[in-house]
Amino acid sequence: MEHRKKMQNVIKAGGSALVVLVTLVFLQRLLVPKYVDDVVEGAFIAEYYEEEKDFDVIFIGDCEVYENFSPAVLWQEYGINSYIRGSAQQYIWQSYYLLEDTLRYEVPKVLVFNVLSLQYNESQREAYNRMTLEGMEWSLPKVKAILASMKPEEEFLDYVFPLLRYHSRWSELTGADVQYLFATKQVTHNGYYMRVDVKAAGDVPGVRVLGDYNFGENAWEYLDKMRRLCAGKGIQLVLVKAPSLYPYWYPEWEDQVEEYAAEHGLRYINFLELQEETGIDYDTDTYDGGLHMNLSGAEKLSRYLGRMLSEELGVPDRRGEEALTGRWDAKLAAYEAEKQAQYAYYDMEEP
Amino acid sequence: MLFTSYGFLGFVAVVLVLYYVLPRKYQWGLLLAASYIFYFFAGPVYLLYIFVTTVTIYFAACKIGQNEETQTVYLKIHKAKLSREEKKTYKEAQKKIRRRWILAGILFNMGILAVVKYTNFAIANVNGLLGAMGREGRLSFLDLALPLGISFYTFQAVGYLIDVYRGTVQAERNLFRFALFVSFFPQVVQGPISRFGDLSETLYKEHPFEGRTVSYGLQRMLFGYFKKMVIADRILVGVNAIIGDTGQYAGAYVLVGMLFYALELYADFTGGIDITIGIAETLGIRLTENFERPYFSRSLKEFWRRWHITMGTWFRDYIFYPLSVSKPMQKFTRFSRSHFGEMVGRRLPVYLASFTVWFATGIWHGASWNFVVWGLGNWVVLMVSESLEPVYEWFHGRFGAGGKGYQLFQVARTFLLVACLRLFDCYRSVPVTFQMFGSLLSARNWHILWDGSLLNLGLTMLDFCILALGTVVLVAVSLLGRKGSVRDRIARKPYPVRFVLWYGLFLVVLLMGAYGIGYDASQFIYNQF
Repeated sequence: MEHRKKMQNVIKAGGSALVVLVTLVFLQRLLVPKYVDDVVEGAFIAEYYEEEKDFDVIFIGDCEVYENFSPAVLWQEYGINSYIRGSAQQYIWQSYYLLEDTLRYEVPKVLVFNVLSLQYNESQREAYNRMTLEGMEWSLPKVKAILASMKPEEEFLDYVFPLLRYHSRWSELTGADVQYLFATKQVTHNGYYMRVDVKAAGDVPGVRVLGDYNFGENAWEYLDKMRRLCAGKGIQLVLVKAPSLYPYWYPEWEDQVEEYAAEHGLRYINFLELQEETGIDYDTDTYDGGLHMNLSGAEKLSRYLGRMLSEELGVPDRRGEEALTGRWDAKLAAYEAEKQAQYAYYDMEEP
Repeated sequence: MLFTSYGFLGFVAVVLVLYYVLPRKYQWGLLLAASYIFYFFAGPVYLLYIFVTTVTIYFAACKIGQNEETQTVYLKIHKAKLSREEKKTYKEAQKKIRRRWILAGILFNMGILAVVKYTNFAIANVNGLLGAMGREGRLSFLDLALPLGISFYTFQAVGYLIDVYRGTVQAERNLFRFALFVSFFPQVVQGPISRFGDLSETLYKEHPFEGRTVSYGLQRMLFGYFKKMVIADRILVGVNAIIGDTGQYAGAYVLVGMLFYALELYADFTGGIDITIGIAETLGIRLTENFERPYFSRSLKEFWRRWHITMGTWFRDYIFYPLSVSKPMQKFTRFSRSHFGEMVGRRLPVYLASFTVWFATGIWHGASWNFVVWGLGNWVVLMVSESLEPVYEWFHGRFGAGGKGYQLFQVARTFLLVACLRLFDCYRSVPVTFQMFGSLLSARNWHILWDGSLLNLGLTMLDFCILALGTVVLVAVSLLGRKGSVRDRIARKPYPVRFVLWYGLFLVVLLMGAYGIGYDASQFIYNQF
């Protein structure tokens, strides 16, 4: 009799725990943003984990990498197997920990890092933290990235249990939240975010005078850590500045980066100064008036960078590898399909 | 460490586990350590304040206790030798010593409270007077930190000292045990203000783990979080909008603000007390109840017997009664009887003692005139009601009032009266309160109640629905509570029903609670007192 009662209690407790677990997991899946319809940038970071990780070139940074370089072109024209690990306003400490995270799986030959994020010495908005950090798989680098990124009003526990952060989203759920409850949708092409539409650069916002043009200590510290980590692993670090017309790239910032690159023997490419060489046309190669490149601009930059990676840094052409080529064939088909879909959506002719 | 923070919940969880894992003789020691750690997180410097209060009251109480013992022993030994007169003289001399200790303890600790809480209020008034007299000089405000819950722990400690003096309780000889009584972490923030005689019975006892006790405590906490996070912190947005822009939100908005604030304050304060009592209950410790369905009161007098009960009884037992029987008051009674006749003369001393209590109650709630006026407003209503009691009795007898409908009317009237008086608390300024009350009386914008204007207060239709449902739950629980413990009722239900009810409430708090980024983590209103 007593044994039966004990069994009943065990079943009650076990059943209740199961119901609690299942409902909480379900609610968490339902309420976290899916980043598939509107703010797709939040989905970028997670896509890396679905890949076969043997990339020779890894790009790390913010929109200046994920909108300006196309790994598909690098593959098609130079046989370079590359991936972009970037998301919106990705802060330099997040980039550093994403590098640490990447090194858990592979050691690339070249790391391309965009220097615009040096302008931030501390996190600006929780939303940007979320977009980068939520996509990372749990690991020590993720924990460190969260701790380095959190604003005072943020809680670590909200990252562990995102349900706590998004608990009130139930009032704004959409069809996508149900559709992508357990499924995901690929939104990038090896981390590249494609936009084919055109909005010529016109009135660029005026230059804002700053009180202090020096990059902050924290930002420098993480660039240093990144440089040392690359050196330790034998990775060639390449610093780039995308040809975005704004946010304005101040000469004082340029001097500091140039000086740093020269001091440490790093390659630094400022695409703002290479308009002629890259062939960037601000009337046709940007989709938002000069802030980001569109497909045309990204492909031009990729051709230029690909030649340099291939010829000057010796990144191998791997088009002879059957398995890799097979994977890329599928990726290129998806790339082409999206390209055509976007041309159709924007009612444009492919140039 | 806010009650609604993850840190606090984690802290409570750790304390709870350790409490039942450690040998029982260490339980109260653990609670003392936990209480001081909790208080440390409120501000390390505050520890000094609570420690000084603890030590001085402990010392004064010990001295009083020792003196009592010495007196008893002395009288026993010299029983035969001393004449009646000598005994009386000796007792009086000893009483004087004890009185010196109690006065020292009270004045010192109330002095600390007065300095940290009321110095800037006094300075502001002096500056106001100087300005009114056309003087140029101004006193600078002092940067004084107000220790967390200082009003609560000071009152609790002083109450203990008075009880020892009166001989109602024995002086606690263990400083650490007494320190726990003053600082017990769930209640140090916002009460209830416990009596040593009640709390010490359960605080120092060894408590074995009992599933039912722990689960009842957790249930009470959960209901407290529901009140605080789903209702109080949600409606706070509307309250802040209305009181933040008196130009735009006048007339009928004042009525809305008044009702919102009444709901917010109830959900906030009773929610906080539910959490407090719930935590204590999980530890096997029973705290005094602080509320008894106050919004169902049929008169203001009854309301104050059922709202913030421990504060009301504190003022009654330690200010009203002693003042009423004090020698100066007896003199005044004789004077007023001889000068104003029996009826008025009998009432005047009561009015005076009540005035003192309500002035103290007002100023206790906050160092500003709006609280004083609020306190005295309550006093005026209570005294007028008391004076008109014969009229009421005649009316009830003449018209046969007393049925359910009339009782409902009384409840609604008392609720509105309480809510009206709270406008002083709400607007935090006496002239603004009068101005807004005037705008309510001459309101012409009643259309805002149905034309969608209320949706501009920062609350969505969904928020209003949640608040309405939440209020229905509060009323239902209160009504059910009249017939006995609601938790007992639920406990008698089959397991699946219980599980759905409690887990459902947990999910409501989890999903509808106003917490995290996007919501301002708000302190409990009574924390600042």
